[in-house]
Amino acid sequence: MTSTAHDTPRKARRPRAPGRGVPLALLAPALLGLAFLLVPLLALVVRAPWSDLPEQLTSPAVWDALRLSLVCATTATALSLVVGVPLAWLLARTDFPGRSLVRALVTLPLVLPPVVGGVALLLALGRNGIVGQWLDEWFGITLPFTTAGVVLAETFVALPFLVISVEGTLRAADPRFEEAAATLGASRFTAFRRVTLPLIAPGVAAGAVLAWARALGEFGATITFAGNFPGRTQTMPLAVYLALQNDPAAAIALSLVLLAVSVAVLAGLRDRWTRAV
Amino acid sequence: MTAHPAPQGLDAHLVVERGSFRLDVELTAAPGDVVALLGPNGAGKTTALRALAGLSPLTGGHLRLDGTDLARTPPESRPVGVVFQDYLLFPHLTALDNVAFGPHCQGAGRSEARRQAAVWLERMGLAEHLGAKPKRLSGGQAQRVALARALATDPRLLLLDEPLAALDARTRLEVRAQLRRHLADFEAVAVLVTHDPLDAMVLADRLVVVEHGRVVQEGAPADIARHPRTEYIAQLVGLNLYRGRADGHTVRLDAGPEVSTTEDLSGPAFVAFPPGAVTLYRDRPTGSSARNLWRCEVAGLESHGDQIRVELTGELPLAADLTAVAVAELGLHPGAPVWAAVKATQTHAYPA
Repeated sequence: MTSTAHDTPRKARRPRAPGRGVPLALLAPALLGLAFLLVPLLALVVRAPWSDLPEQLTSPAVWDALRLSLVCATTATALSLVVGVPLAWLLARTDFPGRSLVRALVTLPLVLPPVVGGVALLLALGRNGIVGQWLDEWFGITLPFTTAGVVLAETFVALPFLVISVEGTLRAADPRFEEAAATLGASRFTAFRRVTLPLIAPGVAAGAVLAWARALGEFGATITFAGNFPGRTQTMPLAVYLALQNDPAAAIALSLVLLAVSVAVLAGLRDRWTRAV
Repeated sequence: MTAHPAPQGLDAHLVVERGSFRLDVELTAAPGDVVALLGPNGAGKTTALRALAGLSPLTGGHLRLDGTDLARTPPESRPVGVVFQDYLLFPHLTALDNVAFGPHCQGAGRSEARRQAAVWLERMGLAEHLGAKPKRLSGGQAQRVALARALATDPRLLLLDEPLAALDARTRLEVRAQLRRHLADFEAVAVLVTHDPLDAMVLADRLVVVEHGRVVQEGAPADIARHPRTEYIAQLVGLNLYRGRADGHTVRLDAGPEVSTTEDLSGPAFVAFPPGAVTLYRDRPTGSSARNLWRCEVAGLESHGDQIRVELTGELPLAADLTAVAVAELGLHPGAPVWAAVKATQTHAYPA
């Protein structure tokens, strides 16, 4: 990646002290770690069936999976924003009994294996789930094995990333701005909407990107809760996994597409990121 | 207290208990009054201000403004405007929208709120900076935007928390004069919090000195400057202050020695004299007319404006202001023994 012209002067260049090299005990493992991260990506690029690639990528199956992935990840991110930002505010700005427990529960899906999340979603929102049976009975809504199910599975996994990120930004933001707004006659909601939200916008954007990336790559919860139906619930990661069984070349091609999307997102938001942190 | 609460203006008894700290301050003011809460850091001034604004709950006492009980009213419903110490201008809004925020919250339409805000900013001499974001404003400009923002809600009580503390010395002089003018124009009650005696004396009609959460002295600035009643106030106004018992023209100090004064008093009394009234000698003066003469030792020297302040210990701990030349001629250094003299006409005694 080339660095853009305007961000170079911002970086303070510290002159290195003479004769103070990097100790080998740190350098060797550091380089090993770097290689470990880069070599697989390199392998993906080296072994890609470049000659077949145009043909592979123009197949409607690939486009279906990619479109479904983008639509579901974006919807899941939007859903996460709608419920996640208020949840983060509640955790950061109010004091209620059991707040630390709630906070721990919110972060649980971060460490929970996604497959377990998928099973849990089935038990909650499945046709016989504790909530799902009523949805089915009263509204005729069935969520498992539908595109909506994909969105829910991705939201379940992505939401904690957003909440944690936004809560951190809120805690760092000066709460006295909300007090100043209150002395000017703003209710707490008005203060949040007109003062706090604009102030934490960079943090919200960073959280949304994290959540979106997590949703885009979601596999375990999706395949468990929504299944693997091409065009309906088969997102890119699912398509990659399936293709690897019988058409490795297609799997590599699909992986390359996901890699390209990831790099594009990272490049597009790099400036925004660095400003947000 | 037998005084009846004024129907107009501020009538407050602020009690806030937090851990081991207890604030217990009575505060009354008529419309048009500017009251300064003066006190050292940690005295509870800011706590009192937050209680008035509704940002910290009262644990006792009462709070009435123009006869209305506000003790349980949330901050957004109080007719109170606040200028915060570091202004807290909303960084994402222009000066105009910062000032329009209040009127808009109070129900004015967006364009009406902006029109009112523009009028306020023009009154503050900021007509050219309506579209500027706070970070593009100088300290003095930001202070005026903060004042305009607080006044734009048409408050019945204006609170200013260390309004000049964030400014450098030069800007401060200028802004202090402007602020004085705006406060004089303000027809409701203004309460300002400061630890700077000069700000307090220039801006306020009345000082309320708070120490350890309690009012220790209250009155007109000139009166407090002349008759300090605590060590803290004496230091603020630059006086040596002692407590003792007067008998005629002599006050026997609790610290030991006697001081001759021109006033004729009896009973508990304070004696005060400025550090500039102290004369120092290396040897016991013989021809001096000063009746007040004490044997002291130099504890420390520091520059104080164009003078040097000499801290003395010994028979009577005191501060003396000398010129640099005098310090050099006397060869003063920490530990040097000196005689300190003060003329009776330079001292001031008043009942404690």
